[in-house]
Order: sequence, then structure tokens, then C-alpha cells
Amino acid sequence: MSYSLSALLHIFKNNLFEYLLTNKRTRRGIIMFKLIKQFTSFVAMVAVLFAFTTETMAAKKSKTLKNTQKKGFVRCGVSQGLPGFSNADASGNWTGVDVDVCRAVAAAVLGDANKVKFTPLSAKERFTALTSGEIDVLSRNTTWTLSRDADIGLTFVGVNFYDGQGFMVRKNSGITSTSQFKDGISACTNIGTTTELNMRDFFNSKGISYEPVAFEKADEVVAAYDAGRCDTYTTDKSGLAAQRTKMSNPDEHIVLPETISKEPLGPVVRQGDSVWEDIVRWSLNTMIEAEEYGITSANADSMKTSDNPAIKRLVGAEGELGAAFGLDNEWSLRIIKQVGNYGESYKRNIADPGILPDRGPNELWTKGGILYVPPAR
Amino acid sequence: MKFRILAYLFFFVGTADLFIKIFYGNIFSDLTEDYYEIANPILVFTPVLFFSIGGIFLKESKVSLTLENFGTSRIKYYSPQFICLTVVVLIFLFFTFNAQMNMENRGIDFGFDFLTQEASFDMQFSLIDYDGQDPYWWAYVVALLNTLLVAVLGIIFCTIIGVIVGIARLSPNFLIRNSAAWYVEFFRNIPLLLQIFFWYYAALRALPLPQDASPLFGVTYLTIKGYYMPAFIWNNLNIFLYSVLAAIIAIIFIRYYATKLRDNEGKQIPVFYISLIILIILPALTFLAGGVSLNFEIPVLKQLSATSFIYDGGVAVPPELIALTLALSLYTATFVAECVRAGIQGISKGQKEAAASLGLTPNQVLKLVIMPQALRIIIPPTTNQYLNLTKNSSLAAAIAYPDLVLVFAGTALMQTGRAIEIVSITMLTYLSISLAIAALMNWYNKLIEIKEK
Repeated sequence: MSYSLSALLHIFKNNLFEYLLTNKRTRRGIIMFKLIKQFTSFVAMVAVLFAFTTETMAAKKSKTLKNTQKKGFVRCGVSQGLPGFSNADASGNWTGVDVDVCRAVAAAVLGDANKVKFTPLSAKERFTALTSGEIDVLSRNTTWTLSRDADIGLTFVGVNFYDGQGFMVRKNSGITSTSQFKDGISACTNIGTTTELNMRDFFNSKGISYEPVAFEKADEVVAAYDAGRCDTYTTDKSGLAAQRTKMSNPDEHIVLPETISKEPLGPVVRQGDSVWEDIVRWSLNTMIEAEEYGITSANADSMKTSDNPAIKRLVGAEGELGAAFGLDNEWSLRIIKQVGNYGESYKRNIADPGILPDRGPNELWTKGGILYVPPAR
Repeated sequence: MKFRILAYLFFFVGTADLFIKIFYGNIFSDLTEDYYEIANPILVFTPVLFFSIGGIFLKESKVSLTLENFGTSRIKYYSPQFICLTVVVLIFLFFTFNAQMNMENRGIDFGFDFLTQEASFDMQFSLIDYDGQDPYWWAYVVALLNTLLVAVLGIIFCTIIGVIVGIARLSPNFLIRNSAAWYVEFFRNIPLLLQIFFWYYAALRALPLPQDASPLFGVTYLTIKGYYMPAFIWNNLNIFLYSVLAAIIAIIFIRYYATKLRDNEGKQIPVFYISLIILIILPALTFLAGGVSLNFEIPVLKQLSATSFIYDGGVAVPPELIALTLALSLYTATFVAECVRAGIQGISKGQKEAAASLGLTPNQVLKLVIMPQALRIIIPPTTNQYLNLTKNSSLAAAIAYPDLVLVFAGTALMQTGRAIEIVSITMLTYLSISLAIAALMNWYNKLIEIKEK
């Protein structure tokens, strides 16, 4: 490059136009011609380098946010049908607590909670879909584990449901506890989940030999268990409660009381876009904090005149919280108004349909649960 | 027209390409999603390609080559190959570079070191010892064996059914001929995945629970949880195997001798019956004299809870394997049957009539005249069907049969997140299996083809 620079200087030192006008075939002309060639290639190199630098500079802003606003919808990965979490009704409307996280992000970023494009994914496909950029948020009852967080290019932004793995058996089998399991029991489950690993840990620690029957789709697991292929069906307890409603006769099955694992389920984003990560994280946190302060979709507007500055910050009447993400100041108000707080979402999707009426650990920390989010300030 | 003009044309196109890319960003504007953006710089290489092609023309023009004597030039010989190679290399480079940049960007590692890590998941069914503590590569071997098992079983059954149905389609008997035709038309025209689901869920719904099962052949039980058979417990198994080996060698010698006898003296001896007797008597002798003995472990009903039972002991074949083998062999057998029918019909009628006029029995006509010729027509398309069956066995994942796709490209992929590595290993594995089958069948085809002197 320094050679090209000296060539450039040489051209300007020795009157450029004079050389251009003289015959190229003279010795000096040939040298000149070479120098011009070198100069052009130098310019091209600089231009290419410049193109590279602008690319990397653009990457420092949130590309996901930029693209989402350009497209006009949030691309969200959900399950293929898990009542209470993400389930499509006959007319294709998605509902569930996982779906509400996506809707909250859409409300914050685009101003409309309905501007979400849902992509149903199997357990096996979900991470590839996220890392390859097919979706921007994965909200699909996904367990937060170390290896997933650190190893495969994902970032978990929080927990929207505290769950644990359990077992479902037939009522008439007389089994009321996992301690009654015997050698040779067959257990149906999904592949591509933490369930498979927990199941092995559990049966190994109890010293029971078992037959794992692992299917790719949840519907096939339910069908096989329902037909009598397996003695027990194991997955997250919320999943068991939800799938029980799909069985031919739900009353014939019970979920055993034991919980064999910790399953904190939460939304996931791609690694490497910290602004987008923050937006999703604080969209979820806003819903939980709104419940803590008693802000609901009905009273959100009236809360603008509240005396509590924390409430005023949450409804956008005070502070400049949205600026940090490149959003306006009403982003959190839109979430609360259009989607509702966490309690409303839970009641609408999980408690009212009778899946898990008792909130258990998913109650606020102030009411004996473990839902505790950092303050929005 | 001189090459010099062509060269400048390429230089011009290259320059224009470069400037368009610099000033207007990427010309493929549809790909500007964040996923693709990182790959854009590689498109800078297309101007380089144009410049290099221009350079070649310019160099050729120096030796005053014109388009008139293009036909004799080396450039005509090399340029299509060079362009093809460049395009292939560029495409490959593009995708490799793309994948590398994206994986780096997303913080995903690349490497095969995960293969030695502990798999920590269990498998429903394995031919060799497997435990969750074994490494991933062992899980891969176990899953591969499961795939091979279902492929081999499928190939054997589809060949048997296919040959019978294929010959039955040419039967003079109206009922046999038409039921064979109906079978072929029915099973050939339903998607395989549906058939697998049908056999699996039909079997699950139709089969009895273990406690309700009545014995089949006295000691085996076909239940919803699998087919339970007695296990063989051998004493001095190796002596028995040696005796079988000895019997096979003896049979080969007898066949060789019988052929010689027929060719030299025209005498025929009943080779088949002699072989059968040797195959039974030699191993049977070892029971009497060699100290070989055989015990059976009969499956017994065991209660797990008030309503749940299994059979303990013996060998259990899971319903997934049964359903998969059934679906694969019934489906592929229709195609094999068509190959067999086409092969037999491909032999001219004169051959059959000539053989019959020599006084051969219909069985001998089929065995000695028709089949040796028909096999040459049957083998190549049947090879394709075997390959299809092997590849179709990957549908096992739908019904929880732990094959390569379910275990390795499913569970292992999910647990490690190494999508590119695992999918490429799986692809290479299927490719190798298919090529091996093709090589074997080609060898067999060579063996039976007409040998011209």
C-alpha cells in the first residue's frame, strides 16, 4: 500500500496532464501508464476496505431491531401446540403466556401487539431456527441451562414460567408416587429436550431399569401413551397438565406429585445483539413488574397521575427509559395496555382454561412465589 | 474479432460490477437481512473473476489469436473446464465462508471434539451394549447398527415378497394374478410415511396388553409393548458354529462335484436334498457328541402396578421395529415385484418354448433358462429399490425407532447443538451405506452378466 501511495505522490509531482497527453508508447509514458494502473487499484482497495468498515459499524447498532421495524412484524418461534403456552385456535389466533411475550415485544417495538409472525417449531428445530435468523425471538417453553446459554450461540433473557419435570400415569394403575415404579417400566417422552436427560438421571439414581420411547412430536407421544404403549409419560409438569386435556379421557390420568428437575422456562434470543436482548428482557420484566405495582391493562392510563414514581416510570409518565433501546417513552405503557400484566396473562391463558389454576412458584415474590424482577429505573 | 476486445469487455464488466457493489451496496437487495449481510463482502470476488477471465483473453491476444482460429486453440479446450471449476469453487467458498462468519458471529464453535463426550441419554433398543455413560461416537455406532438392522431386515423381506408377487403377477391363475396386481397398485400409491403411521398406530390399537395376550406358537407373545420371544442360551456355541461352517464347505464341494458330474457324464444327483441333509445332520451331531446344548429362557409375565404388566426375560422386539420393517418391506416389495415381472417378461417367448421343447419341466425352465437371463434385467433397478429402502428407513424417527436420524441427528444434535457437524456426519453415513449397497449389487450383477469370450 505504501508503494501505491508513493506512486500517487509521484504522479502529482510530475504534472499529471502533461503525461496523459503525451504518447503512451514513450518510455516515460509506459511508466506513467503503470503508475495510473497502480493508483486505480489502490483506490479500489480503499473503497473495498471502506465498504467493510461501514458494514461492521452498522453491526454495532441493533440490526434485529432495525430489520423488525423495516418489516413491520416480530418474527417469533413458538411450539406446535401446547395449551396455555402457545396454541393456535381454529381461526389461527395464537394464545398463551409464551405468545404474550412475543406480543409484548411487538407492542414495545412496533406499537401493535398483533404484529407478530408466529413460526411453530419442534423441539429439535427451535435453536437452529433462531441461530440461523429465521426467527428473532424464541418463546417456546425452553429450559434455561448452562450448556444452551453458553455453548450454542443463544442468550436466555429471563424466566416467564418456573416449571419442573413430572410423571403422568393411568389412574387405574394404582401408582401414586414415583417410588412405586418398578424395573421394566416404559416411559414415553419427546426427543431434543432436557427431559430425556433428567429421566435418565432420575431412573439411574433410583436404580430402576426402564425403556425410553422417544418421539419427535408431542402429539405422537400423547397418542402412543394414550394407546397404552407406555406406562408413564414424562415431561414438564405444565406440559403434562396441558397435554392431559388432549387425551381421549383426561380423568383417567393423574400427574404424580414428585418433581424431578428444575425447569426455568423463558424466552431466548440470538447471541450478539445486546440491544435486542435488552428489549425482550425488559418487555418480559415490564409485565411482571406491572403486576407487582398493580398496573393492569384497564387502569394503565389512569396510573399516569399516580404518586408513586416507580409506577409513573413504568407507564412512561416520568423518566426516559425507552431511549436506552432506541424506543419512545411509551413502550412499556403499550405493553401493559395491549397485552396486560403477567397476572392477567397467566389468568387468561393458564388458570382460566383449568390447566394449572394454582400459580405455585409463579406467584409474585411479595405473595409467596419466586417471581422477582430487577427494578425498571 | 480479436480477443483483445473480449478482454476489454470483461475488464469493463468487472469494473462496472465493482462500482455497482461499492456505490449501491449489494445488488442482491433481497438478501439484506442481518443473516446474509455478513456474507456480502465475498461478492467482491466476482469482479476479480471477471478481471481474471479478461486477463486470460488479453494474454491469448498477445500471441495474436483471433476468433477465426479459435477452434484449434488451447483456450477452447481449457476455458469451459476452467469456468466450471471456478464456479464450483466459488459456490463452495461462498457457503463455507458464509457459515464460518455466521457461526463466529453467533459464538458457535465448530469441531468434532464433542464425539468423545458423555452422551448421557438412553436408548430404547440397541444391538450392542449401550449405556448413557458411553460417548457420543458410541451412541452413533449403536444408532447406525439399528439403521442397518432395519435396512437389512427390510431388504430381505422386500426381496422375498417382491419375487413372490412378481411371479404371481404372471400366474395363469386369475385370482392370484389379480390379487398380486391389486396389492402392487394399492401399496405403491400410498405415501410411505402414512403407511408407517398406519402400521404403528394400527398395531398399537389392535394388539392386546401384555396381561391379555394369548401365546403365539406356544411360547411367544405379541403385545402392545413388543413381541416377546424365548431367548436361546447356548453352551459351547462355538463348536456348533464350526459344524455349520463345515457343513457349508461340504455343500460347496458337493455342488462343484455335481456340476462336474453333469458336465462330464451327464448324470444328475439330487444336490438340494443332499445339501439339506448335511446341513441338518452335521450340527445335530454336535448336540450328541460335541457337548453342545441349548436352553430356552421363556418370557414370564411380571406385574409393574395394578394394571401394568410386562414380560420379563427372553428377547423383546419393540413394536416400532415391527411396524417399520413391515411398512418398509411391504412398500418396497411392490417396486421389486414390478422389477421382477419386467425382467421375466423381458425374456423372449422363444426361450421358454425352446427350453420346453428340450423336455425341461416348468420349474427347470424357470430356474435354468428364464431366471439366469431375467436376473440381468432385474438386478440394476432392484439395486435402486434397495437404496430407496435404506434411505426411507430414516422415517423411523416418526415412530420412535432409535435409528441414526432419531438418535444422532435428533437427540445428540439437540444436546450438543453441533448441527453442521452432526448433519454432515449423518449425510456421509447414508452416502456410504448407499454406495456400499450399490457396489455389492454391481459386483453381483457383474457375476451373473453374459460373459463374452
